[in-house]
Amino acid sequence: MTNKERTDLARWAVKEALSAGAQDAAVDIANWRTIEVEYRDGSLDNLKESVQNSLDVAVYVDNRYSSHTTNDLRRDGLKKFVAEAVALTKYLGEDPHRGLPDPIYYEDRETKDLRIVDDAYDSITSDQRVKTALEIEARARKLSDEIISCTGWYEDTLAESVRVTSNGFEGTRRSTSFGSGLQVTVKDESGGRPRDWRWGQVRLHQDLLRADDMAKGAVAGALAKRGQAKISSGSYDMVVENRAASKLIGSLTGPMSARSIQQKSSFLEGKTGQKIASEKLTIIDDPFIEFGLGSRLYDGEGMSTRKRVMVDKGVLQAYYINCYYGRKLNMTPNSGGKTNTVYTYGTHSLDELVGMMKKGILVTGFIGGNSNATTGDYSFGIVGMYVEDGKIIKPVNEMNISGNLGELFGRLTEVGNDPYAWSSNRRPSLYFKDIDFAGL
Amino acid sequence: MAGMTRRDFVKAGAKGMALAAVPLIFKVDPLRAFTTPPGEKAQLTDYYTHFGVDESKIKEVMAAALSRGGDYCDLYFQHSLGSVIVLEDNIVSRASTSVDFGVGIRVVEGQQTGYSFTEEITPEAMKKAARTAANIAGESGNQPPLALSYHETPNYYPIETPWEEVGIDQKIPLLQKINDQVVAMDSRVVKSQVYFLDGSKHILVANSEGRAVCDYQPSARIIARCTAEQNGRKERGGFDLAGRRGIEFFTPRNIDRLASETVRRTVSLFEAAMPEGGEMEVVLAAGSSGILLHEAIGHGMEADFNRKGTSIFADKIGKKVAEPFVSIVDSGTDENIRGSINVDDECNDSQVTHLVQDGVLTTYLHDRMSAQHYGVAPTGNGRRQSFRYPPLPRMRNTYMLPGPHTKDETIASVKKGIYCESFSNGQVDIGAGDFTFYVKSGNLIEDGKLTRPVKDVNLIGNGPDCLTKVVMVADDFELAEGGWTCGKGGQSVPVSLGLPTIKVSSITVGGVAK
Repeated sequence: MTNKERTDLARWAVKEALSAGAQDAAVDIANWRTIEVEYRDGSLDNLKESVQNSLDVAVYVDNRYSSHTTNDLRRDGLKKFVAEAVALTKYLGEDPHRGLPDPIYYEDRETKDLRIVDDAYDSITSDQRVKTALEIEARARKLSDEIISCTGWYEDTLAESVRVTSNGFEGTRRSTSFGSGLQVTVKDESGGRPRDWRWGQVRLHQDLLRADDMAKGAVAGALAKRGQAKISSGSYDMVVENRAASKLIGSLTGPMSARSIQQKSSFLEGKTGQKIASEKLTIIDDPFIEFGLGSRLYDGEGMSTRKRVMVDKGVLQAYYINCYYGRKLNMTPNSGGKTNTVYTYGTHSLDELVGMMKKGILVTGFIGGNSNATTGDYSFGIVGMYVEDGKIIKPVNEMNISGNLGELFGRLTEVGNDPYAWSSNRRPSLYFKDIDFAGL
Repeated sequence: MAGMTRRDFVKAGAKGMALAAVPLIFKVDPLRAFTTPPGEKAQLTDYYTHFGVDESKIKEVMAAALSRGGDYCDLYFQHSLGSVIVLEDNIVSRASTSVDFGVGIRVVEGQQTGYSFTEEITPEAMKKAARTAANIAGESGNQPPLALSYHETPNYYPIETPWEEVGIDQKIPLLQKINDQVVAMDSRVVKSQVYFLDGSKHILVANSEGRAVCDYQPSARIIARCTAEQNGRKERGGFDLAGRRGIEFFTPRNIDRLASETVRRTVSLFEAAMPEGGEMEVVLAAGSSGILLHEAIGHGMEADFNRKGTSIFADKIGKKVAEPFVSIVDSGTDENIRGSINVDDECNDSQVTHLVQDGVLTTYLHDRMSAQHYGVAPTGNGRRQSFRYPPLPRMRNTYMLPGPHTKDETIASVKKGIYCESFSNGQVDIGAGDFTFYVKSGNLIEDGKLTRPVKDVNLIGNGPDCLTKVVMVADDFELAEGGWTCGKGGQSVPVSLGLPTIKVSSITVGGVAK
């Protein structure tokens, strides 16, 4: 099915919903084509190919709302499916805040080409895919005799979708993405089997992480973890490597959703215009970055996307507000979704940030833990490297950091110059002063 | 054939749409409906009809799957239905349903897997997917089995009415009752949310060894949450009940518990603070503390990690790993429990598997591929999220058996430590053995007594090391009542866990500086 055919089907389904008694309806139809290849320890381990479809219909009947998903796109079944959806909705409670977005939010949609489709996608062969995974694995395996197991993988996806609403919105999207990665497990005389990984996702095939870089990074990372152990509890400076930093950032941005605010489950309620982090932290949501993994011209509700400053030099500027919770909060919606998250970057590299620690811990990964969105309290497990006078001394693990997010981000003293390019969240490495670590 | 009577199953097809009092979204081609006498058990042939296939069509697809010489193939047909209803701000104003329908085709050669699926169950689409999966294998073709024989399985999750026959009008009053009680119980409650999630999954699995199985897997869960405010401070907590249950599980008593536990657990947090961090003695309450086992040992015992040599338990079978009073099982047979399965997703019988017996590591959790690799019988742990994924060795209900101590003497033996009662999540690094679990609420233990409540701390330890430090096991075993979901390799499956009260002599507790 093409996006043109999907749009026709979506228009038809919207009409069906209206004729079944809905006042409004929205239909999303999506299709993904994904191929994954895994190469492990010198042989092809997994080969997976799939095509999947989904059709979502949201119906609004007398201020009542429900949504329904199916993967059967045949019209004869759908007709009944949509009618049932409308009939079921009548049993729900009336809620005046339910409804499609005001069409003014569909206006002024940016027309820029986001360049999120790689024309080379169609010419990639099965052999090429297998060869990419093979090469990543082979390069890594060559680097050390200490490797117990290594797996290289490759995947690509072509995603297409359309959205049609009864109040005038129509949109189509098409994008490609490519990913490749490596995981390495090594021997360790002290008993464990440490591992490390490299992984990256991109929009264009030519931008995939280089096999050599992944191999060197993951093998060196796993070997460096040999003999890891916890060290004394106490206060240390902390540098969080960019690939791990999303856990901390996510704990801060999660409670910025309008739903959390309206449902009183956010420690950031009533904090707009106030300082929630040090002035080193600026978070921007930018939907228009070329090749961006989060780039889009309209959001899940059809609202035209805009660039938004969420946190400016530590001061909270905005929440992520969708239409429903915007109405409940009496706030103007600005989209409940995230697109690309970018930052004001610093001038130092990760190595330089590590070099600045007198006594500190470089966190290369978090393990488990959680944060309480309502209170801002957090407690996370960490793995990383102990650093003294700017030099890496030994690997550490089995330690926790705990406290309150407001206080943690108040201690953010530097951000790196190293946006993580392999995700829609392009976070830099982060330097925090005086963090409590629990260990021995 | 388990779970549904034949009549139910047929009703759940196209005819169910007309019979139900309230509309139920369901997808079946009306041409596939047929009539059978009421009260009769659903048969394999009913499943064949439901999915629009028969033995000869399945064998044709198998022939395509094995056309390049794979050792083994299986077809996993699935039809599942899910429903979520949400109460927020005193109104049930959001409902969503989903239907999913398709077949996954797997070809195995040695340790290599080829996989493909189709959402269109036609002979052409299935054969195309089969030929795609076949690409994993070498050159010369293999033959499908001469005949498929139906392998009957017991029913570990009997329920009164399949979820596709339960209308939304039966669920909404339960949510309203819970909400009313939560709001009325304590004036500090400022927000309340209640979620009702249920699902039905019908599967038909046939493999090239000639075995065919079918199963109906129900699931249900109610989650209640609230926010309370006191002197400008907010706390949020909740409680949930889950299992392979029917609506009869949500008795007045359980509805009452959902409300009262939610409020109790939330308002008690006003007294709670983060403890001091560091190594200390830890007592785990009976029940959902079983997350310790899931993370500390369960994942490390999944045989795929051991087959690949990446687990810290890879060389420990037959060795003493814990005190003699420690026995740990992974069971698929507990009645109506969330992780139970009548049969696994590659036709193997469910069972109780002993991971640790009297302190000695006994058996890994196997899927078909790892069982073949190790030359042992499968343990019925081959599970998958849906037809979109090949099976992996996965846990079911993982728990420790009761021991010789009592809860009171366990707590009394601690000079300074913490008692952990409720949990939200955990994680493990299979190779290093590091595992964590996050404590939502508990108490300090001082001089053998429970004192000040604590909350929001991460506990971190090393799996094999922690097992040796289980120094007391009480006799008060409980299974978790809530809805645990385990993620691995991008696939989620429902599980459960359990534990008697136990003491671990030392573990690193997150917390504030001393």
